[in-house]
Amino acid sequence: MSQATVSELTVGMEIPEFQRATGLHNWNRYAGVNYEFVDIHMDDEAGKAAGYATAFGMGNLQWSYLHALLRQWIGDEGRILRLGCQFRAANTKGMIVTAHGKITAIREEDGETIVDLEIWTDNDSGKIMAPGTATVALPRG
Amino acid sequence: MAKTNISDAMQAAIGGELSRSTSFPITDSDIRRWAVAIYYPEDPPRLFWDADYAAQTSLGGIVAPEEFNPFAWMTAEGPRKTSVGHNPDLTEITLGIEGPGLKFQLNGGSEVEYGVRMRPGDVITSVRSLTGYSEREGRLGLMLFTRADDVWTNQDNEVVKTTKSTLIRY
Repeated sequence: MSQATVSELTVGMEIPEFQRATGLHNWNRYAGVNYEFVDIHMDDEAGKAAGYATAFGMGNLQWSYLHALLRQWIGDEGRILRLGCQFRAANTKGMIVTAHGKITAIREEDGETIVDLEIWTDNDSGKIMAPGTATVALPRG
Repeated sequence: MAKTNISDAMQAAIGGELSRSTSFPITDSDIRRWAVAIYYPEDPPRLFWDADYAAQTSLGGIVAPEEFNPFAWMTAEGPRKTSVGHNPDLTEITLGIEGPGLKFQLNGGSEVEYGVRMRPGDVITSVRSLTGYSEREGRLGLMLFTRADDVWTNQDNEVVKTTKSTLIRY
């Protein structure tokens, strides 16, 4: 992120989205790295028994998407200082999951630009799944 | 006396250690695979797999994505023990005291503060401890909030992250 871009930031501005179509290809890869082999994420019958239309994605993968959202915005030289969220809903097969962020505060601390954001994931029906907040330090100019 | 699910024994147990675990050394392959899985079907950022590129950034080399879990598959303690299941009293059982015996539990969310990045070669230690109980009357009755901190440090005793989590029981 360039200094010119930083000076144009305003409270209320939304950052670029991070979006994925989700299903077994994503979930199996995530299960493989996080050792998260749970029937509800692998088997439609187990998903249905838990009240969903199909198997469903991991909350931890939404957690990763929120981090990826911030990383693609701040770049390799920025830092995620804090991130918190609640898991309120799950994504079933074929859903589009989108991670969003909106700036809520901007301040200077020790020569760094610190930005607070409201962050959330939603599905293609607009249902909010994982709402939260985050704080990042933008790259030094 | 007001109704409460927080016993004297529970109050006295605050600060107690719930778990402690150490990772095997993180490898660049662990980081690369994590990044590929998270970013699928697109390519992961070069910072997570291209050593030459990463060396030119201010980070000086490959780092792990912040949310990377070095404890997956197996920890340095060896194969995991049989799962203890989802007993809502697990917190208190771990601390050797009697739990409140509530039937239902929910993940009340997590908040993480990040410190130094995880890198190939790092050995991470996780220490999770009970930090407090509180109660509030809710739609479903008296809700018990149990807070725990999970602090991860690396081999140089630098804090990698602190996760504050809340368990809701009712």
